[in-house]
Amino acid sequence: MNEQQSNILSIGRQEFDRELGRLEAELILMSGLVEKAIFDALQALKNRDIDRSQKVINEDDHIDKTELEIERYCIELIRRESPMAGDLRRIVASLQIAGELERIGDYAEGIAKISINMGSQPPLKELIDIPRMGDMAVSMLKRSLEAFISRDEDFVRTIVVELESEDDEVDDLYTKVQGDLMELVKSDPDNAERATYLMWVAHNVERVADRAMNIAERALFQATGQLVSGTTTIDTNVE
Amino acid sequence: MALNETDLLSQAGSVENILRFDDIEPVLESNDLSVAYGDQTAVSDVSLQVPKNSVVSLIGPSGCGKSTLLRCFNRMNDLIPSASVKGTVNFAGQNIYGSEVDPTEIRFRIGMVFQRPNPFPKSIYENVAFGPRINGMTDDLDELVETSLRRAAVWDEVKDRLNDSGLSVSGGQQQRICIARALAVNPEIVLMDEPASALDPISTQAIEQLIQELSNEVTIIIVTHNMQQATRISDYAAVMMAGEERIGRMIEYGTNEQVFGNPKDERTEAYVTGRIG
Repeated sequence: MNEQQSNILSIGRQEFDRELGRLEAELILMSGLVEKAIFDALQALKNRDIDRSQKVINEDDHIDKTELEIERYCIELIRRESPMAGDLRRIVASLQIAGELERIGDYAEGIAKISINMGSQPPLKELIDIPRMGDMAVSMLKRSLEAFISRDEDFVRTIVVELESEDDEVDDLYTKVQGDLMELVKSDPDNAERATYLMWVAHNVERVADRAMNIAERALFQATGQLVSGTTTIDTNVE
Repeated sequence: MALNETDLLSQAGSVENILRFDDIEPVLESNDLSVAYGDQTAVSDVSLQVPKNSVVSLIGPSGCGKSTLLRCFNRMNDLIPSASVKGTVNFAGQNIYGSEVDPTEIRFRIGMVFQRPNPFPKSIYENVAFGPRINGMTDDLDELVETSLRRAAVWDEVKDRLNDSGLSVSGGQQQRICIARALAVNPEIVLMDEPASALDPISTQAIEQLIQELSNEVTIIIVTHNMQQATRISDYAAVMMAGEERIGRMIEYGTNEQVFGNPKDERTEAYVTGRIG
């Protein structure tokens, strides 16, 4: 290969690197939108702020559109560049993470809808455990994205281990919330409707943590080529 | 990785990045194979195991020794006076570079298809019948010609013009006739040196499909510059690399999924993602 060909190759590659950088930036932006949606949905629930809940619902269209734009961009990069190796893993992981983020947006929207359905009724019990679950889930989400952006195997593995343990904590809190609410229903069946609302909120928050875990697993795939889902692993490096 | 890191490109690959088959007997195996043209080493210390009925692609930047390596596998380099080969290539229980081995017989059992279709200036029929005739076969040549052209997926296109010159058909058809010519002597391995690089996309597709069909019965080792082609047609990929001193080395060998999905050697990653070319 002569110098001119090398230069052309290297210019094409630089452009592709820039586009991969843009893809990453889009995901970071989308993640910011989703974190805010979860935070706002839980705050609105706690403060009985219907306007704010409605805003979360309206904003979900924006999140959905961002997801589709990222998807379209990934498809375009695959079509145009026929990516290989680390590039391919990066684009595939981005595509999947955009999907996970979109679902987290739906959970925020779900919480906002429940909050509106509750109308003027105060929550059945003081909201302590659910916001705690929410804080943990949002923190997990942030760190799963950090793991993805780092592309550093050791860092990603550390985050995956931490997140697994935090996901267990969120699950424990969810079980506790369910138990507490069941007790309130048993003590007075008239509590059933309000208990069900909170049960659904807690369920949505628990799912956010699960999705954050999925994102960390995609970050692991990007960094190592290992496909992981919970306790199941396929190592693409071995036949 | 910067393009000018030639030191890195000159380094041999790690042994752990070279796939070895413990549980099967490879149909072809090179051990510490090196080739030189005069004083210039062109390929150094390649130890490659090729499983039976697999498709193995040899990939790497221009001038990294892929074609030189390929030509070692049927002693085609013998035809170049200055070429010398060290190491062994084991095939069918013997080193094909052993003193008692007849290179012509090896070339029948390990056939070769070149980059540019090179039919002889004879009829299509005679092109295919050529090898069997040299081997002394005279009976059932019609049947053998038909079977070989069918195996090369070109029979339907040429069956009514078998007496026309092999040069009178399209490039894609010529290449499949050359594949039929190689298949007519029933080789165990077919070596292909960029067999589709001079062909249009439709002919390329036909050759790729043919390679996949043939791999049920024949082992194929193919040099290709087209990475997508390598991922489509091969089971395993061997990556060659040469630094400034132009000595080609195999730096990685593994399944397609591994080499193109998650390479172990950073130079492979740089090559398959277009950072070095």
